[in-house]
Amino acid sequence: MNAPVSDANRPLLEVSGLKKHFPLRGGFLGGVTGYVYAVDGVSFHINRGETLSLVGESGCGKSTVGKAILKLFDITDGQVVLDGRRIDNLPAGALRPMRRRVQVVFQDPFSSLNPRMRVRDILAEPIRNFGLARSRAELEERIAALMDKVRLPRDAVNRWPHEFSGGQRQRIGIARALAAEPELIICDEAVSALDVSVKAQIINLLQDLQQELGLALLFISHDLAIVEHMTHRVAVMYLGKIVEVAPKRQLFAAPRHPYTEALLSAVPVPMPGAQRERIILKGDVPSPINPPKGCRFHTRCPYAFDRCRAEEPPLRQTEAGHWAACHLHDLPAEQNPLAGAKGAAVLAV
Amino acid sequence: MALLEIENLQTHFRTPDGIVRAVDGVSFQVEAGETLAVVGESGCGKSVTAMSVLRLIPEPPGKIAGSIRFNGRELLGLSEREMRDIRGNEISMIFQEPMTSLNPVLTVGWQIGETLRLHQGLDKRAAEARAIEMLQLVGIPEPARRVREYPHQLSGGMRQRVMIAIALACNPKLLIADEPTTALDVTIQAQILDLMRDLKRRVGAAIVLITHDLGVVAEVAERVVVMYAGRKVEEAPVGPLFRNPRHPYTQGLLGSVPKLGSSLTGTATRLSEIPGLVPSLKQRIEGCVFASRCAHATDLCRKVAPALEAKAPGHLAACHYAPRESRGAAAMVAA
Repeated sequence: MNAPVSDANRPLLEVSGLKKHFPLRGGFLGGVTGYVYAVDGVSFHINRGETLSLVGESGCGKSTVGKAILKLFDITDGQVVLDGRRIDNLPAGALRPMRRRVQVVFQDPFSSLNPRMRVRDILAEPIRNFGLARSRAELEERIAALMDKVRLPRDAVNRWPHEFSGGQRQRIGIARALAAEPELIICDEAVSALDVSVKAQIINLLQDLQQELGLALLFISHDLAIVEHMTHRVAVMYLGKIVEVAPKRQLFAAPRHPYTEALLSAVPVPMPGAQRERIILKGDVPSPINPPKGCRFHTRCPYAFDRCRAEEPPLRQTEAGHWAACHLHDLPAEQNPLAGAKGAAVLAV
Repeated sequence: MALLEIENLQTHFRTPDGIVRAVDGVSFQVEAGETLAVVGESGCGKSVTAMSVLRLIPEPPGKIAGSIRFNGRELLGLSEREMRDIRGNEISMIFQEPMTSLNPVLTVGWQIGETLRLHQGLDKRAAEARAIEMLQLVGIPEPARRVREYPHQLSGGMRQRVMIAIALACNPKLLIADEPTTALDVTIQAQILDLMRDLKRRVGAAIVLITHDLGVVAEVAERVVVMYAGRKVEEAPVGPLFRNPRHPYTQGLLGSVPKLGSSLTGTATRLSEIPGLVPSLKQRIEGCVFASRCAHATDLCRKVAPALEAKAPGHLAACHYAPRESRGAAAMVAA
């Protein structure tokens, strides 16, 4: 392998200006009648060994970002750079070695494993595809090691997916992702479908594997408590845009976007009688086919003023490493309702 | 007399592989106007318990035994016609999936009015007028226009509001909500929970909330029943249950949930796991249902099913080793 020399200081993944617009077809001749602006200009980076979480509600485009990085479809605009090399425009052949380095774990462990393949074959496929084993014995050795890593019994390789519970299947899904020896794993709601006690097992497993193997994770989730537990940094998405990015503690202690503030206050917490101010957003998320002008959040924002309806706020740095897209930060601090936002800090007593 | 009294409820299903004991001897009561949460993981029997109360279990293959008294009246002996007078009228239900539990080819106004026409004999016009009132009550803007719309024209949160409007149309005394916010986004979930709290104050119906989400339980419930593998393992008022859980399963469940704000206190620790899997309900379980996954289990637990005992006033737990006094509980957790 003549892989390019890695620069340890360079981010593993850099996404800039990413857009994905899905055409809507209809009418008499089936022409394009509009677009779903699923992802509309998203930029972020992930460092080696780091977990970045993408959070947001359904339809905000977080899964589309994951799929765009995996090149499961062509993107509309922007760049995806893996370890210094642009990968979004590579032809299939040149992309192949790059695919090995980015793997994915999907949400539903019942539909993401081929029911007609034994566990051994599910795990052998990526090893063979990327030529990672030189002999049959080495292949078997690697499969056994993968089973150990995800804490499944070695003899389970001869069984079929339907013989396993949801949590065990998710372990198989993780083993399959690890088989390619990736540097980045995209976890798209990887624990959302699991029961509470099994969820904890898989979260612990992912954290252990990250420590052991130095993996970077893009953790796509709508569950803020799990994100807080798992992540190093968080990016909050709303209607196809990132509205806030920050290191975990900064974001949870002092959110700098009204949407993040509302999300944090809306999460039900398992502490009866917890005293906190709840911000209940009115209405629903607008359609990504026809997103609002100006700031996309202004239709639900409790603090919106005239400028928000006319002008779209860019993502700007408010403190070191903390970026937010909100006009409120142009106001003097005493008029900025977010200046004193405490987020989840009110719970941490 | 409590509003709803369930005693030794057993709902079993006959399958080709044997009898599945989905609910195996569950008893609890619901007082008028209170909110009781039934929590547990998938397959613990919480939904089957709810369906059994409304007799929505197909018989066969299902079979309901025990006793379910509503307002002092035994429901298990009633004819289908008598049951129909109760469903949607005195006891109503909200389901998890607002997408599939509304009829796509009828207007929402018609669906809200249906119970009113059937149970209260309203005519079409009066039913529609009442449907508009109900839509207003559940906070749907422009109710006079929305009442003529079809479910596909509404968002998920709005559909769940319509479901609540249908459930409350006849002023039921008991509302059973089966995972009412699980399919919804966080901000929409907050809206619906807020609505349920507000309506409860105004309408005064008792609520049985079925959920797996401990956060929702803490925010809405007054009392909690914890189910595991078809049995009730713990029951307590919401405060004591979260502060001082007595059953090892409840302790494990609470320890396995990450808490918002944990990174800020510096107390973020590894989540506690409950090892292993939920036992199959096809075999009769001798002894404690949780013994196979419990760190404290002994031979006694594997042989003898622990009885539900009051460990503190109003606090029941089915565990041989759960301490009776709150002083001892800390020692148990630390052990």
